[in-house]
Amino acid sequence: MLGFLARRLLATIPVMAIVAVLVFSMLRMTPGDPASIIAGAAATSADVAGIREKLGLDRPIVEQFAIWIGNLLRGDFGESFFFKKTVASLIADRVGPTLALATFTMILSIAVAVPLGVVAAYKQGTWIDRVVMGFSVLGFSVPVFVIGYALIYVFAIELAWLPVQGYQPIREGLWGFLSRLILPSLTLSVIYIALIARITRTSVLEVLGEDYIRTARAKGLPRSTVLMRHALRNAAVPIVTVIGIGVALLIGGVVVTESVYSIPGLGRLTVDAVLARDYPTVQAVILLFSVVYVLLNLLVDVAYTFLDPRIRY
Amino acid sequence: MTDVVALPEQGLVAVRPIDRGMFARLLRAPTVVAGIAILCVIALAGIAAPLLTSFDPAAINPASRNQKPGAVMTVRADDGTKTEVRHWLGTDSLGRDVYTRVVYGARTSLAVGALVALFSVAIGLCIGLAAGYVRWLDGIVMRFMDGLMAIPAILLAIALVSLSSAGLVAVIVAIVVPEVPRVVRLVRSVVLSVREEPYVEAAVAAGTPGPTLVFRHILPNTLPPLIVQATYIAASAILIEAILSFLGVGIPPETPTWGNVMAEGRTLFRVYPHTILYPGIVLALTILSVNLLGDGLRDTLDPRMRRRL
Repeated sequence: MLGFLARRLLATIPVMAIVAVLVFSMLRMTPGDPASIIAGAAATSADVAGIREKLGLDRPIVEQFAIWIGNLLRGDFGESFFFKKTVASLIADRVGPTLALATFTMILSIAVAVPLGVVAAYKQGTWIDRVVMGFSVLGFSVPVFVIGYALIYVFAIELAWLPVQGYQPIREGLWGFLSRLILPSLTLSVIYIALIARITRTSVLEVLGEDYIRTARAKGLPRSTVLMRHALRNAAVPIVTVIGIGVALLIGGVVVTESVYSIPGLGRLTVDAVLARDYPTVQAVILLFSVVYVLLNLLVDVAYTFLDPRIRY
Repeated sequence: MTDVVALPEQGLVAVRPIDRGMFARLLRAPTVVAGIAILCVIALAGIAAPLLTSFDPAAINPASRNQKPGAVMTVRADDGTKTEVRHWLGTDSLGRDVYTRVVYGARTSLAVGALVALFSVAIGLCIGLAAGYVRWLDGIVMRFMDGLMAIPAILLAIALVSLSSAGLVAVIVAIVVPEVPRVVRLVRSVVLSVREEPYVEAAVAAGTPGPTLVFRHILPNTLPPLIVQATYIAASAILIEAILSFLGVGIPPETPTWGNVMAEGRTLFRVYPHTILYPGIVLALTILSVNLLGDGLRDTLDPRMRRRL
């Protein structure tokens, strides 16, 4: 197991290296001098020269990349010229809301989508199945910000049950924290629910046709036991895979949802940084989100061995 | 699906896996018909936009700012005659007619969807064929694609548009780049499986030259899944374009696109929700119809994929 983990971790290194090269070269692809781009419009020529020296822009490109990577590994993401502080502290300030939103959404999505998918598979061809699948197609088609504004309109403006926008840290009160997360999580979970419910239905449906399901039913086990322990358990691997792949959707959705609900998280930071052409911040955030995405999918790979003992690495 | 026909002068040629009966089957699928019908209405509305509205989508009119849907305004022409105009979906905070901007916005959305699908498939097909066929290229290309795919698509698109000045071309490029690796993976997997088929081996044994092998024997097999994939790419391109515009990093705000109309409505959403909700419904309907078309195409062209998702 440990050996497997080590090997899988090692296998992510080339992927992360390529991501790093891509993110690094993105700044170099912009027309013009990277130092003056990083310095921003208001910089003096002395600022630009300082940055050029600090980043080693007069050295060969490979050496520059090595310096950049070395800084990253020491936790030095550079300095944000728009927000006037280090990118690392900027990210530390913004990570809380995003983590709260993503965790909430993940729990909500899995708790809703898996039962929906199982029921749809069990009741294949009935109106329940059609409703779930219809919702799934719809969930893929309605843009996340449209869902967000529709929910704000109904629950925050017309019914006035929940606050319209904003974020409140948990230390300032549990209800204030929760009530401001309900609508964003609902918004963000729609596409995720659509994705997970669909794959759950497909993979449970496939398992339900197996002989051992008939055997389990024939020996008199209750339907719920057969569905949960025999069908869902064996259908789990594709479901967990899609939950991992769906994290990319979740990250994209976080960027949009935080903008709709004015949540001061990493997603909002990404948009603000792009609008301000604050490249050090853009680079750091993209790198961070990609690392999270790759690591979560690594976790999914590890989960396979628990879900299906036949899988051995 | 891949019958082998012997042609004396060219070696062996695989019969194309797309047959004539396929179109008849497609037209019998309700989702395909529904998807095409809705798309045709939206496309026609976009093309005939000047006939469907009397307003200019970019005309700013301070006198008619923030009107509710259905508001009637009196416009006085230079010669003093008064005419009444109706803003069916109201106006935005600059007095532009929302209905007009939505109708014109169909042009951008559909163009982005079609162009992104076309370019992603074309580029992905070339790279995928090369990676699948040329063995030493495979490892390098696929590692690079893995790296690209590790960056979430919307994030990559947002970062890419930030590199150049905002505009239609930048947006299309920014959406194409994250889509290409998905096409490459698909094409490569088809090439790898087809390469082991007996008829390809037979063609190799018969001395078929490389280009003929790739373009006449292997390429046709990639088309059915590629057509399906292209449809889904179009849907996601329309969605991402709207997201980019909505976030303010996409096509310049004066251009009428659905995302821009909604972005404009953000500040006054509490009072004038229609500026976001109506374009949102049209956008969702468009993406839904492209997705329905894709589902129908998938079930008809590539029944094996049906079981996968």
